[in-house]
Amino acid sequence: MSTDPTPKPDGEDTLPVRFDEPTGQHTTGHSWDGIEELNTPMPRWWLGMFYGSIVIAIIYAVLMPSIPLINSHFKGVLEYSDRGAVAQDIAAMQIERSVFADKLSGADLNDITGDPELFRFAMAAGKSAFGDNCATCHGAGGQGFKGYPNLNDDIWIWGGSFEDIRHTLEVGIRSLHEDTQFNLMQAYGRDDLLTRDEIKDVTDYLLAFTNRSDNAEAAARGTVIFEANCASCHGADAKGDRSQGAPNLTDAEWLYGGEPADIIETLNNGRQGVMPNWNERLDPEMITALAVYVHALGGGEPSELTP
Amino acid sequence: MTILIDNTKRREAAPGVQRSLAPNPTPSTPASLYKKREQIYPKLAHGTFRNLKWLAMVVLLGIYYGLPWVRWDRGVGQPDQAVLVDFENARFYFFFIEIWPQEVYYITGLLILASLGLFLVTALFGRVWCGYACPQTIWTDLFIYVERFFEGDRNARIKLNKAKWSVSKVYKKAAKHIVWLIIAAMTGGVWILYFHDAPSIARDFFTGHAPMTSYIFAAILTFTTYSLAGFMREQVCTYMCPWPRIQAALIDEDALNVTYRYDRGEPRGAHKKGATWEGRGDCIDCRQCVAVCPVGIDIRDGLQLECIGCALCIDACDEIMVKIDRPKGLIAYDTEANVVRRSAGEKPRYRLIRARTIIYTAVFAAVGFIMLYALLGRTTLELNVVRDRQPNFVRLSDGSIQNGYTIKVLNKATEARTLTLSAEGLPSPLLRVAGQTGVNLIVPADDSIDFRVLIVEDALAEVGDRSDVTFKLVDPDSGVTAVRSTVFVTGS
Repeated sequence: MSTDPTPKPDGEDTLPVRFDEPTGQHTTGHSWDGIEELNTPMPRWWLGMFYGSIVIAIIYAVLMPSIPLINSHFKGVLEYSDRGAVAQDIAAMQIERSVFADKLSGADLNDITGDPELFRFAMAAGKSAFGDNCATCHGAGGQGFKGYPNLNDDIWIWGGSFEDIRHTLEVGIRSLHEDTQFNLMQAYGRDDLLTRDEIKDVTDYLLAFTNRSDNAEAAARGTVIFEANCASCHGADAKGDRSQGAPNLTDAEWLYGGEPADIIETLNNGRQGVMPNWNERLDPEMITALAVYVHALGGGEPSELTP
Repeated sequence: MTILIDNTKRREAAPGVQRSLAPNPTPSTPASLYKKREQIYPKLAHGTFRNLKWLAMVVLLGIYYGLPWVRWDRGVGQPDQAVLVDFENARFYFFFIEIWPQEVYYITGLLILASLGLFLVTALFGRVWCGYACPQTIWTDLFIYVERFFEGDRNARIKLNKAKWSVSKVYKKAAKHIVWLIIAAMTGGVWILYFHDAPSIARDFFTGHAPMTSYIFAAILTFTTYSLAGFMREQVCTYMCPWPRIQAALIDEDALNVTYRYDRGEPRGAHKKGATWEGRGDCIDCRQCVAVCPVGIDIRDGLQLECIGCALCIDACDEIMVKIDRPKGLIAYDTEANVVRRSAGEKPRYRLIRARTIIYTAVFAAVGFIMLYALLGRTTLELNVVRDRQPNFVRLSDGSIQNGYTIKVLNKATEARTLTLSAEGLPSPLLRVAGQTGVNLIVPADDSIDFRVLIVEDALAEVGDRSDVTFKLVDPDSGVTAVRSTVFVTGS
């Protein structure tokens, strides 16, 4: 047993290190209540990997960004940075894209559709940008919701030719752009410009266009009120005026709803929907691609021939 | 009184019973679980099967090294390599066949056919794949040939390995390893020729312009060829490959295998010239079968996992049999059942046609038929249609209904096509293709293009809530058509 009579904590004793015959290993020299522990060495491969990882760690710390300093950090001998690598990738991608993107800048629709590859590029880029920027308001397929126009049909408030669409994308509608397309649907009810009965009459007048009015007298009264208040923007025939951004009120499509209650609400509280201007957020080439995509959704109109 | 048993002295345990020393079950040095490889020095055999193996090696290696260079004209702008796996453009070319990624099941079919073929051949003739066609066998055979070329045959090689290092030994070993590395490098290099246009990539490889993956794969295959054929050799077959272990399931007692006919060979023993052959077997224990065996086993122990069925022992034994004036075929392709039959004095029977082989052949034929049918029915024009879901339908200003579709046209021909699109199933549909006037679609060769198509149906038409509409694509030049059905929704 041990030569030191003082018992160690946890009943530990020290024994002379002995060689254990059955296992072929030495003991550690500790004994806990007679239970000894073998000092089996680590496997060589394990030790090798361990030392190797230390060496690799040192090499890595020298080559790569590693040590934080007070206001900066040690950049590493290779001066590698993830952010730099991403910036390089983006730059390379811009160069790749520029093959087509350069052709898009300043092109009109005929240029683009005349080159099938360029058209496909514009469609793909437009579709992708649409999903990121436009779909939140206009819907994944541009189908629109109450207050957000359906971009698939041929009903446009500010014009549906390629140039018109592009212009709308650039300056927006009632947006922060200084040249934005601007108009207002006034709040006739709230601002006491028309009485409740007058609003009801105008509603009947409008419903009559789609054969939904059952009160001919009210519709006749509404005609007069309309001519006095609304025709300046919406036109005497209520067919709208694109230069002013006044919608056509005679069709079956209503941006804010075509039920009597919706029309009354519109007349009462007015409408000032906002389309953001994208000239700051998107490149001109991307705006062109978006215009191509929206134009091709189904409602695109031919360009007006300028004299 | 203590009884001392002395285990160190050899004594008789009981009358007539031999006592042998058993090893200490708990040795002071723990037993190792690693069996070190003993070098095998196969001797050169001469005979039919050796010649067959040379022929197989030349033909198969010739195909491997030569096939990437074979040209096949497919037209302008298309690769002209007969066999090409083009990862960049996602195509597989095999002479007149061109497979697109969505047709990868042809490769699956090929693999199934290969497996079934292997099962069938093994059930008939044993491990002929292992012995004649397996790349490991062929390259190891080639490397042993190189070794024999520089270092001599079996006895010379054994002597050389035991000898001290001298100039001639250094030269022989160095020359052998250099030639091995050259062969390995060629093997690795030819591998990448299958994945790129061979002349271009070969040139780029040596001017440093090849993609990184080419260099990496060439290096990997050089390393594997060099080590597997130069050093690992039979260990691949014994330890790494699954075929020996499946062999037990694929071989039955009627499968032909390299068999030592112990009914004829036993009892074996040395034979003096002129002595009688009565009452003894034909095996004279010359151990030539062991000497030529590339996996280093004794076929006289019977069918073994290590035996790759190369039949060199047959050649070796036949050579000896001719010399001692006995009939050939002491070791031959024979079945287990027949050896048993001959031992019992019955006639041997060869049942090549049995349930197992019939079933394998039938399934092989069935799979082959299906693949052939699919391959022959393959069209060069395909059409897929995805209908817009958002919005489901669009009401235009004049009340007509519009549905939008994205159609994908796959033109697998080698020239560009102008196709005419039409829609059938609606009373008066108006077809519009975005980005162009008219319904003629131009699709480049060997490509797939998306088009946005709009169908507008008049407001007053008698069309229900949903109606079926079929898109039809026609190539006016060749008459090839593709159709795809979809729906037209009006929401009424």
